[in-house]
Parts: sequence; structure tokens; C-alpha cells
Amino acid sequence: MSLLEMTLDAPRLLEMQPLLRVNNLCKNYGGIRALENVSLHVYPGEVLGIVGESGSGKSTVLRLLNLEEPETSGTYQLEIPELLGQNLFELNRFQKRETRVHHIGIVYQNPHLGLRMHKSSSGNVAERLILAGEKRFAELRRAARESLQASEFPIARMDEPPIHLSGGMQQRVQLAKAIAMKPKLLLLDEPTTGLDVSVQALVLDTLKRLQFELEMTMILVSHDLGVIRTLADRVMVMRGGRVVESGLTDQVLEDPQHAYTQQLVHAKL
Amino acid sequence: MILKLESFSKNFFIHHIGRDVPAFGGINATLEAGKLMLVAGANGVGKSTLLRCIHRSYLPSAGSAWFESTQGLIDLARASDEDIAWLRRREIGYVAQFLRPRPRVSALELVAEPLFHLGMSRPRSLERAEEMLDTFGLKPELWQAYPSTFSGGEQQKVNLARALIRPRRLLLLDEPTASLDTQARAALKTRLEHLKADGVAMIGVFHHPEDMEGLIDATLEIRGTELLDPILEELEYVAY
Repeated sequence: MSLLEMTLDAPRLLEMQPLLRVNNLCKNYGGIRALENVSLHVYPGEVLGIVGESGSGKSTVLRLLNLEEPETSGTYQLEIPELLGQNLFELNRFQKRETRVHHIGIVYQNPHLGLRMHKSSSGNVAERLILAGEKRFAELRRAARESLQASEFPIARMDEPPIHLSGGMQQRVQLAKAIAMKPKLLLLDEPTTGLDVSVQALVLDTLKRLQFELEMTMILVSHDLGVIRTLADRVMVMRGGRVVESGLTDQVLEDPQHAYTQQLVHAKL
Repeated sequence: MILKLESFSKNFFIHHIGRDVPAFGGINATLEAGKLMLVAGANGVGKSTLLRCIHRSYLPSAGSAWFESTQGLIDLARASDEDIAWLRRREIGYVAQFLRPRPRVSALELVAEPLFHLGMSRPRSLERAEEMLDTFGLKPELWQAYPSTFSGGEQQKVNLARALIRPRRLLLLDEPTASLDTQARAALKTRLEHLKADGVAMIGVFHHPEDMEGLIDATLEIRGTELLDPILEELEYVAY
């Protein structure tokens, strides 16, 4: 039975609806097709990992889901009361910003993309709350502190700008900012790449705990199969802008079906 | 009936050698509640592979594995990933040969985790976890330590305590006695006896089936393609 012939039954035991539904997402950059008919469903509280080589379109998926860039075609829905039935790609830019602020958090591999490096760390976190309409200084400060604490950031340094902090701490500021509004969806683009292993373990552990405590749905892009194995419930493998295989994490990593996935798993140290 | 295998088969298609490697084929068997079925056969015939196919860590190639869940009958070979993930959280347990420690998570936390994920309070979960670790004979001074530096036997005690802390409808036991001392083997046997009495259906591969004497209700003999051993072994290596 080839992978393409193989169609598993639709969920039957689960009564819940997916939090996120993306259908036939395509993205062109000029004449280059970056994404080709990518579809994914993610259930509440689930962690979906995306793996694939550089240039396979992993980060592009995250940028589109964060409503940062326009899609070429496709639909994107979130199962959130005020957004039911709405294709988020069709929102105007103010509505997109609202959606981003209230419901979606993102952590980039490069902290420079997610933080204002010369502003205080607490200010970076509070910015989200200000955008959401919070004006009381004491409340902003309390919420920023709470969020930084949840991300295991050393509170004594909360007023220092990220530029003065280590890479691991910058990632924790990004994480605190991403979770400040307790979003339903958290997007993580290589959150531990470039960190040393002990800091990586700390970030992974924090993510795992937050996911459980806040019941967040996460989409995690990483080329580190160990990270994927630790965090993800399901995995999607991408190559050349297409999804070549998807399934339960252990199944994809232990019994990969597609030639590319086998190559990827065999290349692991 | 809890589990019914019908012409259950598995091949691995390995792209870089360009061919299909059969693991096992045409397996038929029925498992009732409260029964333990031993999977027997020579090395490399696919005993562990069979368990992994039922658990869906491996994707079965053909046939069915009908599972009577609390929500109705479902074919594990074709059930959606979401349903399998749900069943693994609630109804189907897999006891692996090795523990997979997580960075910065203590032995006690690792064992208690399945309970607090089910919604049990933290103190109560930790209390149960202590009982389980005590049952399997892990020294109390190690309970708060991180298991990545434990010996093979100690890790396996943590593994068993975690996997068996709560009853499931179906338990898949993949050589759970490997690297265990006598006391822990006896503790495992007692625990499995209790689970059986609670109606848990079990199917297992045991390196020394005599350890489980008196518990085994049926034997499923797999005759395989011994010729393909080296390739299968290589594949197992890659999987870890």
C-alpha cells in the first residue's frame, strides 16, 4: 500500500472540533511556489510538529498562520466564538492585528524578529497587553511579571533590554510576550536552535508545562527530531513546499513511509 | 472481546534498498478482557513489531486490529491519528523495553504524570507514584533525581511504575522484565495479576516467559522469515 493510497478513517471517537483548520494553502513569492496545497487540522491542546529541510516551507506556514503575510490561496479558520466560520485570510489588517494580539502567540528562532532589543524586557511583554487595550500601569507591570515568571525568566532582570541578555533569556522574553494574552494558539519557529543543551532543556520543559497548564495548542517547527519527539503529538513532514507525510510522532519517526522521511530519520545522529 | 486481529500484516518498504521487507503476515487472534496472551517465536520474527503495530507506532500494512473501546468498536489499523492519540491517553498502554527520560523531570514526576494528566490532584498523584516506585523497589533517595543517569534496571523500574500506574483496557508489554532484578520481576508479576483481576487485557513479549508462569492464558506463535533478521535488526537500531 503506498502512502498516497493510504487513507485513514476520519476521527470517530473524538467529539471535539479542531481548533485550527487550514485547507489548500498556497503561497508564491514571485514566480516561486513556496507552499503547495498545505492542509492541516490541529485539535485543542495538541502539539503539531513540522519538520523538513531548509527551504521546505516550514517557516512560511508559520508566518501565514500568524497573519503576517498574505496567502496566495487557501482558507484558515480558528474555532473561537467570535471567529467561527470566518476565513482569517479575508480579515482586514486591523482585524488581523486584533486576532494576532488576542489569539495567536509566536516565538521566532531569531529574537530580533520578535523583540525590540533596546526596550526593557518587561516593556516588550507589556506591549501585547497595551495593544489589547490595557492602560493601567500597575496592571501591565503585574501581568508582565507573571508572564515572565511563567517562562522562568529571572525577574530581577526584567527591566533590562533584551540586547543585554543571553540567547536563552531572550527566548524566554519572547515566550513571555507570546503567552502574555494566554492565546489559544502558540507558534514556535525553531525555539531552541542555537541554545546550549541545558538551556534547551529548560525551554522545552517550560513549553511542556505551559502547554499543559494553559491548554494551548502549539505548532512547532524544528529540524531537531529530539525536540519534536519530546513535545509533538503529531508530525508533518515537508519538502519543497508540500506535505510528504504526516502522522503520530512515534509512527513517523519509527516507521517512516516516505523516502524523504526515511532519509531524514536515518540521518539522525 | 477486547482485541481481534484479522489477517494482520506488516511489511517495511525501505526506499534506499528499494524493496519490501516482510515482518509478519496473516495473524489471526482474539484477546478477551482479563486475559494475558504471550507472543512467542524466534528472534527477529516480528514479536515486538506486532505490538508496535497494534499500538500504531508502526503502521500496519494489511488486515485489521479490532479494538472494543468504551466508545465502540474501532479498527486500530485504520483509525485516525487523533483517535489513536485519544486511545493511548485513555485505554491502550504500551510498556516499552526502555524508559525515555525527559530533561529536568524527576523519577517521581515522570511516574505521577499520567495521573495528573487525567485530572487527579498533584498530592494524590505523587502519593500514588511513591507507592508504585516503592512496589518496584526503586531506592527512595532516587525518587527526586533525574532518571537519565540511572542504571538500566533502575530506569526500567521507573518505566514500569509509570506505565502501570493506572489500569487500561489493553496493555501491550514489550519485554518488560528485561534488565530487572528478582524483586522487581516479582513485583511486576503481582501488579499484572492485579490488573488481570481488574479485567485488563494484555498481550506481551517476554524474554523469560517462565517469569510469568501461571498468568499466561494463551500463546500466539509467530513463524517468520528468519532470513530477513539482519535487515530488521538494522531497522530497530535506526528506530532508536
